[in-house]
Amino acid sequence: MARRILLEHDNVPGIETFDVYRKNGGYRSVEKALKKMTPQEIVDEVQKSGLRGRGGAGFPTGMKWSFLAKPDGVPRYLLCNADESEPGTFKDRYLMEKIPHLLIEGMIVSSFALGANLSFIYIRGEYMWILEILEKAIAEAYANGFLGKNILGSGYDLDLRVAPGGGAYICGEETALIESLEGKRGNPRMKPPFPAVKGLWGCPTVVNNVESIAAVVPIINDGGDEYAKIGIGKSTGTKLISAGGNLARPGVYEIELGLSVEEFIYGDDYCRGIANGKKLKACIPGGSSVPILPAHLVTKTAEGLDRLMSYESLAEGGFVSGSMLGSGGFIVFDEDQCVVRNTWTFARFYAHESCGQCSPCREGTGWMEKVLNRLEHGQGNMRDIDLLAEINKKIEGNTICPLGDAAAWPVAAAIRHFREEFEWHVTNKEEAQTRNYGLLKASM
Amino acid sequence: MVKVTIDDIQIEVEEGTSILNAARQIGGEVVPPAMCYYSKLPGTGGKCRTCLVEVAAGSERDPRPMPKLVASCSTPVQDGMVVKNKTSEKVHDNRGAVVEFLLINHPLDCPVCDQAGECNLQDLGFEHGGAGTRYEEERRTFDPIDIGNKIKLHMNRCILCYRCVHVANQLTDKRVHGVLNRGEHAEISTYIENAIENDFSGNMIDVCPVGALTDKTFRFKSRVWFLKPMDATCGCTKCSGKAVVWMFGNEIYRVTARKDKYGEVEDQEDGKPAWICNDCRFDKKEIAHWMVEGPRKINRHSVISQGQYTSPRGNSQKKIANGN
Repeated sequence: MARRILLEHDNVPGIETFDVYRKNGGYRSVEKALKKMTPQEIVDEVQKSGLRGRGGAGFPTGMKWSFLAKPDGVPRYLLCNADESEPGTFKDRYLMEKIPHLLIEGMIVSSFALGANLSFIYIRGEYMWILEILEKAIAEAYANGFLGKNILGSGYDLDLRVAPGGGAYICGEETALIESLEGKRGNPRMKPPFPAVKGLWGCPTVVNNVESIAAVVPIINDGGDEYAKIGIGKSTGTKLISAGGNLARPGVYEIELGLSVEEFIYGDDYCRGIANGKKLKACIPGGSSVPILPAHLVTKTAEGLDRLMSYESLAEGGFVSGSMLGSGGFIVFDEDQCVVRNTWTFARFYAHESCGQCSPCREGTGWMEKVLNRLEHGQGNMRDIDLLAEINKKIEGNTICPLGDAAAWPVAAAIRHFREEFEWHVTNKEEAQTRNYGLLKASM
Repeated sequence: MVKVTIDDIQIEVEEGTSILNAARQIGGEVVPPAMCYYSKLPGTGGKCRTCLVEVAAGSERDPRPMPKLVASCSTPVQDGMVVKNKTSEKVHDNRGAVVEFLLINHPLDCPVCDQAGECNLQDLGFEHGGAGTRYEEERRTFDPIDIGNKIKLHMNRCILCYRCVHVANQLTDKRVHGVLNRGEHAEISTYIENAIENDFSGNMIDVCPVGALTDKTFRFKSRVWFLKPMDATCGCTKCSGKAVVWMFGNEIYRVTARKDKYGEVEDQEDGKPAWICNDCRFDKKEIAHWMVEGPRKINRHSVISQGQYTSPRGNSQKKIANGN
């Protein structure tokens, strides 16, 4: 049975209100943290838990916290990154929509641990209704003395605000998020200096994903060691997976890390296999920016071991035969889907979302989009396939922020694993031009 | 002071110096090209990616190489850092790629571009560009906008270095232009069509590495290599009054700031950059306005040097006279 820690009470009616949430054990961690623990003890617990950033990169949260500079007389900030815009990822949305108080509880404990007296939840502009949910929940927390001055008589003050963005993918990059929050154009900053030293308004800042902050709550409640027992190896705890695509039962699932991919796709507790009795063709396990895996590499690694839902196992084989857990946007393709079309869709997204600051990303993403557009519509030639591979090699690693890499990896992987499909589009020009997946029919 | 090795040449520089500036202290071939970094404008750099270098050893304490190429203009040196620029195959490849990216949408209108002959992108394309193009699509174009009667904005040529935005922020009272839109469609523009008129706005022309911002009072008047650049001063009270007047016969065709070998405005005696004001740049076109000091030294590799007084022979004679 699925292990539920974060989403333990997501189906309790009225859980979005303070009273019901409190009755179900909510805000215990705040009481424990503020009354019995020092900030350093909380950081230690999070380090012991082995919690890794749930936003995509998987950087250990406790370590990130320990890097925070603490100069005297300078305010520190905690920012929650709720700019969830990776195509295929919708876990934070579910969490914030269903249990907004869990995030707020996590924010209070984390802010206390980091010594922040003003924290922000930066939410994407497309989630306006969640902004209202969060603001309502925050007002309740203020009314019940969990936010504001002198929380629970501990002498600790915290203000929590929700800041909506304009709906740009790039503002999910932490320094672009900070720029946007400062009211500027959301361009990523040059690093170093890192936000832990110079972040919001030039002050030390930590930026964490919604799910990472929510996971602090069970870590404080049960202890870091207890949390570290869940999961496998260095992938501790549970992870929210947003499963989408051609699955019989798509949705947001909380899984214990280390669950086998096979079980996740075909298990009765999870996605229940591919929809309409079709066959699995490919899978993108961690949101649109991670490499795509062909069917034979989804459930087994190249060495024939079972592939597990964990940071390490999904990355097994590097980019040659592996992928990444990323943000947990699990996208599954059945045999009818066209990888070229999908790659073009992603390339279009990245070309649209590139901030245009640095040359390789600005020009490269647009170029890839145009070449893929031609290929998909039967106007490409064999040379274009090599050209694509060449372009994405030159974008990768040469940009200011990881958006360039995110744009390059899916294209590189699609060509690596599905080259014959790209070639088919070149050799069967007419069929490629007229094929439309029913989309054209629907619009006519 | 920290020790850093760039292309096998060791130098001691102050802590916090960027790799690019350390390389400039060595000078010569080890200096990476820079299209967006401008040492006189704090905050510039990191965007064009032409100055990427390989860091073969991070520092004395942590000698691991850096996994990616780094932008030399915005990466500070560490003690014991080993940097490869000219000597790295990877840098050469990727710099070529960046130049290709910059050129795919750049119009090939050098024959009618006023910047030709003093264009950083031309130089860079000459050094790293390919002979042909692999870009089969139509080049990107923007609707032209009018930003006033002194400065011509040609957005199709822009490489989005952001230098002019920094000029407007740091030298003028009020910035009315900036970058609009995202990605490929990002453009330098005024939000509502607006003239950029300010005492120092003309410096945007000098910092522009390409022909995106050019002088309307000089537009199509002459090719720069037919003109003779002369150092000149005037008693301007607004600015340094130190400029270069570009002459044909006894006529002044245009006025620019004095630029060093990296295309940056030279410093005055007090260490401040010698920016010039719009009056000097656009309105003082009579020889009577200026006290001409003499011909400006131009690198002999530059196409502009062909119209200069000092012939190579003259230079060599001077060298002999100096005893070297």
